[in-house]
Amino acid sequence: MTIVFYLIAAITIAGALAAMLLKSTVHCALALTIAFAGLAVQFLELDAQFAGFAQILVYIGAVAILVVFAILLTRGSEAPKGGVFSKSWPAGLAIAAMVFAVLGWAVLSSTSVLPNETAKPTVSVLEIGNALMGRYVLPLEIIAVLLTSALIGAVIVAKHEKGSAK
Amino acid sequence: MIKNADQIFVLLQHWVMSFFPHALQSLVGVLLSVVSIICVFPALFAISVLLERKGLGRMQNRLGPNRVGPLGILQPVADGLKSLTKEDIVPTSADAVVHFLAPVFLVVIVFMGYAVLPMGRNMTLVNLDAGLLFFFAMGASTELSVFMAGWSSRNKYSLLGAMRAVAQMISYEIPMLLASLVVVMMTGSMNLGRIVDVQNQYTWGLPHWYIFTPWGFAAFLLYATATTAESNRSPFDLPEGESELVAGYFTEYSGFKFALFFLGEYVGMLSVSGLGATLFLGGWSAPLAILNWVPSWIWFFGKVMLSICVFIWLRGTLPRLRQDQLMNFAWKFVLPLSLLNLIVAGLWRFMGEGLTRWVVCSAILLVAYVVMARVGMRKERFGPRSYRYAE
Repeated sequence: MTIVFYLIAAITIAGALAAMLLKSTVHCALALTIAFAGLAVQFLELDAQFAGFAQILVYIGAVAILVVFAILLTRGSEAPKGGVFSKSWPAGLAIAAMVFAVLGWAVLSSTSVLPNETAKPTVSVLEIGNALMGRYVLPLEIIAVLLTSALIGAVIVAKHEKGSAK
Repeated sequence: MIKNADQIFVLLQHWVMSFFPHALQSLVGVLLSVVSIICVFPALFAISVLLERKGLGRMQNRLGPNRVGPLGILQPVADGLKSLTKEDIVPTSADAVVHFLAPVFLVVIVFMGYAVLPMGRNMTLVNLDAGLLFFFAMGASTELSVFMAGWSSRNKYSLLGAMRAVAQMISYEIPMLLASLVVVMMTGSMNLGRIVDVQNQYTWGLPHWYIFTPWGFAAFLLYATATTAESNRSPFDLPEGESELVAGYFTEYSGFKFALFFLGEYVGMLSVSGLGATLFLGGWSAPLAILNWVPSWIWFFGKVMLSICVFIWLRGTLPRLRQDQLMNFAWKFVLPLSLLNLIVAGLWRFMGEGLTRWVVCSAILLVAYVVMARVGMRKERFGPRSYRYAE
């Protein structure tokens, strides 16, 4: 935990805060990208090359673009007139705090489950590949089936709209 | 002597490094490599722009630039000075911050890709274990800058161009990744240096380049198609189709910011050419065993410039696609073929040595290519061309 960690953490949190507080939705999406990038650099800082690059490829290259497309194709990028805050924000705050508490508790208690993980593990991409194709092949396949069905579902939804419009 | 010529840049770097105290040496070495990348590729950009203007002129029966310097070879210098001295106009309604950040972001991202390319023997800036993934991660990030440019200009042409560009880049990114994945499957590594090392072997004086296998050849063609689309080059240059969209996503950019987009496009093209050469054409290895005495970096840059010439040739030859043709081509032809190529590569791996695997793999790919092209073209009717307005 060096100064680099705190710098990256500050940038990530600033990006996430900006994503919540900025007025224009496209600006929010771009700020969210900064948070994604910060997280990716954090992974790299921890020597997790694969996770870091996959984070950039998937989140910046695809998810951010998808978010931006969704914003532009739906309501337009102008800020709504009645303010961006929903009326039920206290409830949202409470739920967010609870989720954060559960996650934090899980992370903090994980050290007692794995007490021997003191040394920094070196994980090469080859090992990740072997693990995915060996021990974790079933979860991988299940996720693949899930994603394929989602893809087919998306195609069907898009096709249906086109058919009814004609 | 020959060995020294091969390693001349590495030796030069070590020589400069030896002037500094030991603690600073690694930092100076990295800085030197970075500075040389930042100098060499814009120089190649200037050369390829000139080559393109001259080559296109030749293909279109005109002279091309011929006023600045002998045979117009100083034209890039004049262009650079012009773009530096031109007024930088930002539209009043534009989103100034994003408008400024877009070209800067693009150029930075595009240059980052070079960090992992092996440009010669021992000439890789960072030898990453997941180098290929890093390259693609950087390539995927350029889409965001294109979107930023198009959206922040507050111009309908810009936004349309950006939407076209992003849709096109996302669609062609998938076949590009899948085509490169074949190489990773066969090498068993995402390290680009390792990929070159595996290809740098010779049988009867002929190299083991991946392009000389059925799956490698198919993957190379798919990769070339996808990267042409990725770098928004003709025939996939709809995002900047000048007859429809003025200049696409960089319509509202002038002066040096425009030059940065231009630089980004060409440097991106050079980097995907470099990756293509690394993955399929053996990177810095010589095409024949007897030519091994030629310095390795000459081969790398020669292959890159050859790819640039093919890009230029394609631009001078092929007409622009329509939007629906572009999308259909990506999702109904290139993507299924690259998926099939993955299966063929697996088959190749498990069929063992011998002639059978050559015949079987080539036959599968060829039949798939022909059948898919026939099925895809079934509905198209090619009659005499009809002009709606011109007659």
